Amino acid sequence: MNLDNKEHEKSHLIGYGTYVLSWLVLLSLAILTVTVASIDLGNFTLFTALLIAAIKSALVIMIFMHIKYDEPIFKVFLTIALLVLLIVFVLMGFDIFYR
Amino acid sequence: MNSQALDVNSVDYLEYKGKHKGILAWILSTDHKRIGILYLVSLSTFFIVGVALGFLMRFEMLSQGKTIVDAQTYNALFTLHGIIMVFLFIIPGIPAVFGNFFLPIQIGAKDVAFPRLNLLSWWLYVIGAIFALSSLFLSGGPIDTGWTFYIPYSSRYTSANVILPLIGAFILGFSSILTGLNFVTTVHRLRAPGMSFFKMPLFVWAVYSTAWIQVVATPVVGITIILVILERLFYVGIFDPTLGGDPILFQHLFWIYSHPAVYIMILPAMGVVSEIIPTFARRTIFGYKAIAFSSLSIAIIGYIVWGHHMFTSGMSDTSRWIFSFLTFIVAIPSGVKVFNWVATLYKGSIEFGTPLVYVMAFILLFSIGGLTGLVLGALSTDVHVHDTYFVPGHFHYVMFGGTAFIFFAAIHYWLPKMFGRMYNEQWAKIAVGVMFIGLNMLYFPMLILGYMGMPRRYYDYLPEYASLHILSTVGSWILIIGLVVMIVNLIKAVRSPKTAPMNPWGGITLEWQVPSPPPLENFRVIPEVKHGPYDYHYYEEEEVKYEHISKS
Amino acid sequence: MSISAKAEDNTSLHTEHIHIHRDDVGAKLGMWLFLFTELLLFGGMFLIYMAYRLEYSTEFQISAKELDVALGTVNTLILLTSSLTMALSIAAIQRDKKILSMLFIVLTISLALAFMINKYFEWGAKFHHGIYPGSMELAEKSNGEIIFFGLYYSMTGIHGLHVLVGVVVLLFMLVFVARNKINSINYMKLENSGLYWHLVDLIWIFLFPLFYLLH
Repeated sequence: MNLDNKEHEKSHLIGYGTYVLSWLVLLSLAILTVTVASIDLGNFTLFTALLIAAIKSALVIMIFMHIKYDEPIFKVFLTIALLVLLIVFVLMGFDIFYR
Repeated sequence: MNSQALDVNSVDYLEYKGKHKGILAWILSTDHKRIGILYLVSLSTFFIVGVALGFLMRFEMLSQGKTIVDAQTYNALFTLHGIIMVFLFIIPGIPAVFGNFFLPIQIGAKDVAFPRLNLLSWWLYVIGAIFALSSLFLSGGPIDTGWTFYIPYSSRYTSANVILPLIGAFILGFSSILTGLNFVTTVHRLRAPGMSFFKMPLFVWAVYSTAWIQVVATPVVGITIILVILERLFYVGIFDPTLGGDPILFQHLFWIYSHPAVYIMILPAMGVVSEIIPTFARRTIFGYKAIAFSSLSIAIIGYIVWGHHMFTSGMSDTSRWIFSFLTFIVAIPSGVKVFNWVATLYKGSIEFGTPLVYVMAFILLFSIGGLTGLVLGALSTDVHVHDTYFVPGHFHYVMFGGTAFIFFAAIHYWLPKMFGRMYNEQWAKIAVGVMFIGLNMLYFPMLILGYMGMPRRYYDYLPEYASLHILSTVGSWILIIGLVVMIVNLIKAVRSPKTAPMNPWGGITLEWQVPSPPPLENFRVIPEVKHGPYDYHYYEEEEVKYEHISKS
Repeated sequence: MSISAKAEDNTSLHTEHIHIHRDDVGAKLGMWLFLFTELLLFGGMFLIYMAYRLEYSTEFQISAKELDVALGTVNTLILLTSSLTMALSIAAIQRDKKILSMLFIVLTISLALAFMINKYFEWGAKFHHGIYPGSMELAEKSNGEIIFFGLYYSMTGIHGLHVLVGVVVLLFMLVFVARNKINSINYMKLENSGLYWHLVDLIWIFLFPLFYLLH
């Protein structure tokens, strides 16, 4: 119990400013993705939309969900989960794209 | 606090009197050991129901045409047999019973990380089971889709009661997820001092790997089930071909869970085998790290081979050969395990206790199951035997001969510890023998039938299949006789006086260093782990000391 | 995660035996594992989306024009802002500012409700035009459009359900903060609820461009 409390004190206190800043970035990215969508980029439309979504989610995970400040084990776990998701998409892609 | 602490250490978990009395002391208990026993009782009940349904199915196939039930009832029989055996017995199986009971003890913890969540997951199991079986008693009739709920029959055409069993399967999945995340967290957070990952018993490794699959695979079937329910209730276009959907996508999503589920079933069994063999050979396990990593790699590879259930479904040729190739890779870690088990026995001082007899039967039966699996994993041969009796023959060798036999082995191995009582060894061994004969008589003819072209799930058959069907049915009777002998023997044991010693087999993992049955908090003092789980040479030096601690 | 709170209650009564032991990292680990299951749950639906998007790309673009981009954008901004207020409420409780933290939780709940109200109007308009699963109007459309709306309704519907669950969870958290069960040294429950809330936001970040922004 004492040990846990110590871990607590050590844990990084994230400032209000950091959150507000990431929120502003997220808002501008949201506006950006809407604006870009109105321009016809052909095959790149989906790609840009997903790229922006990926950047936004990375921001949410890193800052809002504190992965950046957590112990390494959380990063390992997250990597495992994302890899699983990636593998499923790739293997399913072999069916969908080659049918 | 002090008086309670004393209480906790001197009373065993069976005798402990908590806030609740009678049955409530069990079904509201958050003690991992009691929850393990709860699972044992409920799983065994459903197992017996499943066996009864299987018996009826086999009896129906005794003669051509109608023997005892009509075709629709037969469809319901194989569906319910599948649902009960898969979702209610073999998937929760070893992790829920023995994982719950022994994982915390083997890593030197007082309980799992989230005891209340653990109880919740048993309750969800019971509620899910009620949903899954409720279709039996409601209008529309029992579900007849097969346990795989294939689209579009399940969403559009059948008039049977599909929704309730689907909801049941969803809830059972939730229960499985909660158990999985509990075990992963427990292993990461609650290991005793000195218990590094590579000092963990191999059963813990296996259950840990299984827990990961439970966490990352089960949600996929969860969403599949929700979508089927939505489609059936509201005509939402998702999989239904008349609405532009693609039924193959359903099969993908279903097997993304249900193939890894096969490894949820077998991996913990392999873990139990890795416990029993060193104990009865009095020898350090051969290739500890290889077995530990093979558990992990089976979990990983098992996740990426689901497509081999769909070779004839019409998916792309590219993915067919990729999945076939990946399937063969699973044989490598499985082979590593069998090799290491046999190597451990080599030059060991083997004692043929009942658990080891089960393990011997397992190695043989599982090998047959595994080799017939290669026939099904190879693209070309699968096309020939797909959806024939070869498939049930194969997976019953793996599931019954593999997992269920090891489930029984685990009961015989750990029953003295769980209940503090011994069973009659001679009758136990007779039961294994009878079951072994019955099982081979039941399932080997199925392999031949399938090879000859008898399709699975058919109500009737041509005259040339008659003799093998009769042989198989008679085999089912012998198997059941063996089961009855085993169950009677075990029940008699549980009702006998507490005479089991602390360590009847001479095992050296942590559970053998606590009294039988274990006290409420498992350990008087959390042990400090100094050497590996099967280091017999260290243990013999310290044996005297342990005896001393246990008596004080 | 009301589990540990109840555990403490019980031990004070000295009746039922529960292992008291607080492990914040463990609780967070468990929560993340639960989030992975959510990720895979939605992942399954995105997988189906990928397959159909490829099969019916033109039909998807036609159908997407029927969705209201403005409403979708507003909802995106609402959810992003609610993520901010959620994070700020944790930052406030860490600094022992109880009232401020409660204020932020209330804000988060209000934003979540605003999201749901928007959603209600959006779905309502579709229903009004006869576009809903099983309707005659939809049945006359092409297969690709039926599938698009099938996915639209199930994916945004299940996401909306998660928003509602989030509202309930946050209401509990509000009570816990008010009763000092969540405080500056023990705020794990709030942090875990926050993680859940951010995940709901995360899913929407992907849903929004995939349904509303097709051209």
